[in-house]
Amino acid sequence: MENEKIPQEMFSPVEMDATKSEQISKPSLNYWQDAWLRVRKNKGAIVSIIILAILIIMAIVGPNITGHGYADQNLKHNNLPPRIPVLENISWLPFDGELTRKNGDTYNAYKVKHVDEYYWLGTDSLGRDIFTRLWKGTQVSLYIAFLAAAIDMIIGVLYGAISGFVGGRTDNFMQRITEILIGIPNLVVVILMIIVLKPGILSITIALTITGWVGMARVVRAQVLKLKSQEYVLAARTLGLSNGKIIGKHLVPNLAGVIIINTMFTIPNAIFFEAFLSFIGLGLQPPHASLGTLIDDGFKVLQLYPYQMIIPAIVISLIMICFNMVADGLRDALDPKMRD
Amino acid sequence: MAKYVTQRIIYMIITLFLIASFTFFLMKIIPGTPFTKADKLSETQLAIMKEKYGLDDPVPVQYANYMMNLVKGDLGVSFQFDNVGVTEIIVKSFGPSAQLGFQAIIFGTIFGIILGVLAALKQNTWVDYGSTFIAVLGKSIPSFVFAGLMQYYLGVKLGWFPVAFWRGPEYTILPTIALAMFPLATAARFVRTEMIEVLESDYIVLAKAKGASWFDIAFKHALRNALIPVVTVLGPLVVSLMTGSLVIEKIFGIPGIGEQFVKSIQVNDYPVIMGTTLLFAALFVVVILIVDLLYGVIDPRIRLAGGKK
Amino acid sequence: MEKILEVKDLHISFHTFSGEVQAIRGVNFDLHKGETLAIVGESGSGKSVTSKAIMHLLPESNSEIKQGQILFEGKDLAKLSDKAMQKIRGKDISMIFQDPMTSLNPTMKVGRQIIEPIMKHQKLSKGAAKKRAIEILDLVGIPNPEVRFEQYPHQFSGGMRQRVVIAIALACNPKVLIADEPTTALDVTIQAQILELMKALQKKIDTSIIFITHDLGVVANVADRVAVMYGGKIVEVGTVDEVFYNPQHPYTWGLISSMPTLDTEDEELYAIPGTPPDLLHPPKGDAFAPRNRYAMKIDLEKQPPMFKVSDTHYAATWLLHPEAPKVEPPEAVQKRKRQFLGLKEGN
Repeated sequence: MENEKIPQEMFSPVEMDATKSEQISKPSLNYWQDAWLRVRKNKGAIVSIIILAILIIMAIVGPNITGHGYADQNLKHNNLPPRIPVLENISWLPFDGELTRKNGDTYNAYKVKHVDEYYWLGTDSLGRDIFTRLWKGTQVSLYIAFLAAAIDMIIGVLYGAISGFVGGRTDNFMQRITEILIGIPNLVVVILMIIVLKPGILSITIALTITGWVGMARVVRAQVLKLKSQEYVLAARTLGLSNGKIIGKHLVPNLAGVIIINTMFTIPNAIFFEAFLSFIGLGLQPPHASLGTLIDDGFKVLQLYPYQMIIPAIVISLIMICFNMVADGLRDALDPKMRD
Repeated sequence: MAKYVTQRIIYMIITLFLIASFTFFLMKIIPGTPFTKADKLSETQLAIMKEKYGLDDPVPVQYANYMMNLVKGDLGVSFQFDNVGVTEIIVKSFGPSAQLGFQAIIFGTIFGIILGVLAALKQNTWVDYGSTFIAVLGKSIPSFVFAGLMQYYLGVKLGWFPVAFWRGPEYTILPTIALAMFPLATAARFVRTEMIEVLESDYIVLAKAKGASWFDIAFKHALRNALIPVVTVLGPLVVSLMTGSLVIEKIFGIPGIGEQFVKSIQVNDYPVIMGTTLLFAALFVVVILIVDLLYGVIDPRIRLAGGKK
Repeated sequence: MEKILEVKDLHISFHTFSGEVQAIRGVNFDLHKGETLAIVGESGSGKSVTSKAIMHLLPESNSEIKQGQILFEGKDLAKLSDKAMQKIRGKDISMIFQDPMTSLNPTMKVGRQIIEPIMKHQKLSKGAAKKRAIEILDLVGIPNPEVRFEQYPHQFSGGMRQRVVIAIALACNPKVLIADEPTTALDVTIQAQILELMKALQKKIDTSIIFITHDLGVVANVADRVAVMYGGKIVEVGTVDEVFYNPQHPYTWGLISSMPTLDTEDEELYAIPGTPPDLLHPPKGDAFAPRNRYAMKIDLEKQPPMFKVSDTHYAATWLLHPEAPKVEPPEAVQKRKRQFLGLKEGN
């Protein structure tokens, strides 16, 4: 016990306002600000967003850069490996236009064929410019994926929200339908649909969405049901908040989270399925290109001209990885339960 | 419990019936003839062919025949190979596919679980990041890309493994790894999340309070509880195996169902497509049922409550 | 009396997204052999953190013992390695948790969960451990212990599960038992049973108990001494009689006034205004000052030291400073004191 001298004056009473201590000093962030803060902390997600942005820009402008059309054939210039000015002089980079024969010899394909032009990423077996085809293919793959994801989202959200909000018999009936649909592997449905519809951008999209929306519908319904019974929603209702306000203030932000997360997982899934279909011979027909058809074409000549498969393989892998990383990051950011 | 199982089996049969019907009618509305080299056949030849395969009958009759045969296990006759039954083709190519699938799921889940557990125990260390990295790659890179690249680099370039075909155990290594990547990644991610959650639970704190060692806590207390929910992703994993088998059997030239299926697609061999589709659907439905029942076996809470369902 | 456990100037912080939360800011207390010490306080006062710190059960990733000692049998537990701590946990010091519904492993048979510490610490064979486990199950009042031994936790009711948790804690006759709100999650009738059981068992195996609770009624029932925690510090400590009938700290006054008694008929129940302090930015002075009706200037400037009231009774409030003005405790507190003194004289 210390017995230092404390001035008498210090022992005069002060008026305390207890309500002051109830003030919350931390600035309150809304749901989205908070989520953005969390995404920003996730370096993988941020890098992925940047890479995706670059890939999307290239998918739009890339096909017009070299001046070669994506379907232009030049059989004299076929199967040329990548060659890029300046970079061709750096020996460890694969941009010198050299190919390796089966016996291990290397030769410059451009010299052998007397080609002066530079094909940055080489040409395929019909002499088409791979750089142009790559970005055209990326464009088509992304287009299919975004379209499929958007359709999934619209159907799924509507179905799930109606099922959840209306409840009762309607919900019961709608649930039985989704249960049957979920029991059918979508691989089977997609393949059958493509066989019936014949491959094309639209038919592939339709095939992907025909059962694709079920996942979204289930998630949305579950979320709606959960939110409906949530105590803070009951509390808001008890306090006399109108239905519109409840939907706007409580349901939409919470639903938006699961919808965004789910969509972010749908996109890479659609990209995968498109490529998969191409690979088993149900993809777009030539001269159209998608990442899937490029990989399929490249696989056929993999042993002789590996770059023809490796280039589109890198792009599709990058897209898939980045979308998955962003989706994971968003899930961690938007799902408050996962917070530490 | 018995009642629950019966009910589930009835549902399963209804689903399969719907899929079979759906498949049949889809095949009926496909334009064009199913015969290879159809252009070279004369009108009469076509008519004979059609009669032979019963394509002349009214659609309801064909449907009834198809369903009846289906119940008997007869999936019709392949157009591609004269007079070879679809069932026969499937049975013949089932072995390699089953072996490949089995090896992949065993390899994938075991390594996935190990990776997931390590990542959870060493959270936020390089072990965790490494495991997450492998998981993201495994989940993201399409299996055919992975398989193609492995085949080229490990098979062709380095010559460590046979490049293709199915002639002995060493031939199964590359396809198994390629097919196992997705199950491995999925299991790793899932186990990590579950394990972290379990490790934070009250009963783990109590186990620590009892003086249990790190090893006992991780493997005697946490792992079992973390593994129970993993059973729920077995369904999607089996689907991934079916999807993967199509492309991987094609890449490595494995004489399995997947390769047969891809070939049939290319030559419009509808009976084989239909038969394989049904087989995939049936496998899927059965796996889902097994998963649900398995869940009860592993989790004592459900095992005992199950009787009341 | 012999001290079995001594906590000296303990400081614990949590590192969170928003910054360092100083959950424990200099806690001192002793635990004597065979006694029950109750630690009371509202949520966030640091009572659970203190008990978890003794057991090394704080999350490693974000918590830190900044300074201080936890002395047990001459060892400083705060500096002990995890490996060494494993030998003490469950053997010398055990713990009972709040929620019996979640504190048992759902996929492990109850029996195995009890024999685990017995086999580990007492090095008994499986058969001997089982015999011992069944004895303990019987001791904690579980009928048919042989049958129950083979069952899973979900086959037990909440009260029965808490008995199992107690059985696990007592399996190795620990010297110290930390009970972290062991009855909070239970029905009132079950609560009483569990408290009776704990009292009876304490006598039987002669253990010291740290009883953490926010329920003053429970404290009066089980404890020998009481420590009142507020804002990560102990603000008053004394025997049950001292703290209940002669409290000195305004926070204790508030706690006692807010406790209903049989004769509080139409008086309004008292509630302490305001909210607990933000330990992310702990106040410079007395943490309770903003909610203190008797606050003085010094309360805002300087943290009060522990003032001695009697040999066993201490309180940290500037009101006990010789220079401080004399204030009257609230009516409810005075009434209790009068009743208590009257009772004493009557005896």
